[in-house]
Amino acid sequence: MEALTAHLSELGHGLVTTVELTVVTTVGAMLLGIVVATLRIAPVPLLRAIGTAYVEVFQNLPLLALLVLFVFALPTIGITFPLFTSAAIVIAVYEGAYLAEAIRAGINTVGVGQAEAARAIGLTFGQSLRHVILPQGLRAVIQPIGNICIALLMNTSLAAAVGVVELTQAANTVNLVEAQPIAVFTGAGLAYMLLALIIGQVTGLLERRLAIVR
Amino acid sequence: MNKTQQILFDEPGPRAQRRIRIATVLGAVLLAGAVVAAVYQFASHGELAAARWEPFTTWPIWRYLLNGLWATVRAAAATAVLSAALGLLLALGRLSTHRPLRWLAGAYVEIFRTVPTLLLIYVTLFALPQYGLNFPLFWKLVVPLVVSNSAAFAEIFRSGILALDRGQTEAGLAVGLRRGQVMALVVLPQALLQLAPSLVSQLVGLLKDTSLGFVVSYTELLYSGQVLSSYTHLLIQTFLVVALIYLVVNASLSKFARVLQARNGRFGGRRGRRTAELPPPLLEGNTPR
Repeated sequence: MEALTAHLSELGHGLVTTVELTVVTTVGAMLLGIVVATLRIAPVPLLRAIGTAYVEVFQNLPLLALLVLFVFALPTIGITFPLFTSAAIVIAVYEGAYLAEAIRAGINTVGVGQAEAARAIGLTFGQSLRHVILPQGLRAVIQPIGNICIALLMNTSLAAAVGVVELTQAANTVNLVEAQPIAVFTGAGLAYMLLALIIGQVTGLLERRLAIVR
Repeated sequence: MNKTQQILFDEPGPRAQRRIRIATVLGAVLLAGAVVAAVYQFASHGELAAARWEPFTTWPIWRYLLNGLWATVRAAAATAVLSAALGLLLALGRLSTHRPLRWLAGAYVEIFRTVPTLLLIYVTLFALPQYGLNFPLFWKLVVPLVVSNSAAFAEIFRSGILALDRGQTEAGLAVGLRRGQVMALVVLPQALLQLAPSLVSQLVGLLKDTSLGFVVSYTELLYSGQVLSSYTHLLIQTFLVVALIYLVVNASLSKFARVLQARNGRFGGRRGRRTAELPPPLLEGNTPR
């Protein structure tokens, strides 16, 4: 227990970094997910192909391989970002593929009649998507999106492997100093579980507020 | 193109066709622009020189990378077998009629579904050796992966068992089978068949997880790439090739999962009656709660 209280500021910084990374990448991945899901249902064959390729590539590559490629290899062709930004970009791009698939599943739950009605009153593709399809489609997949956000939270720990000092890395550093593995790692594990619980609660709340009961 | 993709637009008329052509050209121009920018970045830093790609046409380099791939496959296979077995036991525990068993299995699954695998790897690397548990390198990677993947497998098995028609269990009990027999002879064979696509999808996730060997310095594919690039100084080339290998292997597995999904329920004469109730293949993150 003392090991934890003596290093509260390090662990606290780690926790804050994890939360920041999670929030930033969730927002980024959500936007990317909506764009890619839109590409995959667009009337233009080329755009559909781009959307499909994006999902195929980023669902089938390990996140750690992408992080290593981005952080260690891209500087050799002159592309460098601050470490935190690099990690955030890679995780957002990676999770964007999963969110795109979840959102597409949501869009598929919207009745064909809704889209037909939207077109019948003269809405364009973009308008019917924005005002009719997405508001209903997103509500249908709040739970899966929440689960992806929890997976995203766990995946932010991989940023530790390329040098971002977030919660996992902070716990590791404190343990190397204090040699109190049980207290330190249990503490970090509990913090992750707490964060996952919060995401789960928020998802549940949104689901109760927003979901359309058919 | 299937029906679901077409819900947002009608058969295009002349004006819409013109707009589609314009969008195609714009998209192609943007795509070409991105490719040109990438090639320019490579070229201006001398990374396009033939000498920097030539090593990847030689056998020793490929033998080294394929050895890495083989180590990845071995770790993934061991993890898959162990975590599927443990996951099945956990799922059965969660569905058992004994309250303590149900509670224990439930606690295990809920805990290890929300703790990052990397944290578990750090525990096996830095914490367990202090208590005399120093695994060989291979198991330092596989044990934490099994601990976290078994929780994911447990959820897949549980959802599959719950998705099966209750009547199957009731019928089994009615003809006088005991609960264990009903599970082994009636429920599991059907549930497993239906779950095949989800299980293959989970294999993709698991294979991606073995890249954590990078952290424990177990020479699987990603770490092999790291070792190779520290000798050859061909950083971006090596990691691009490594990424390509991952992509080929995992895309084939994903494709296999989709094929299984498409023909699910069609073997054994049961013509897809129950496919509608099935959860979609479980990709990372959308495990049903």
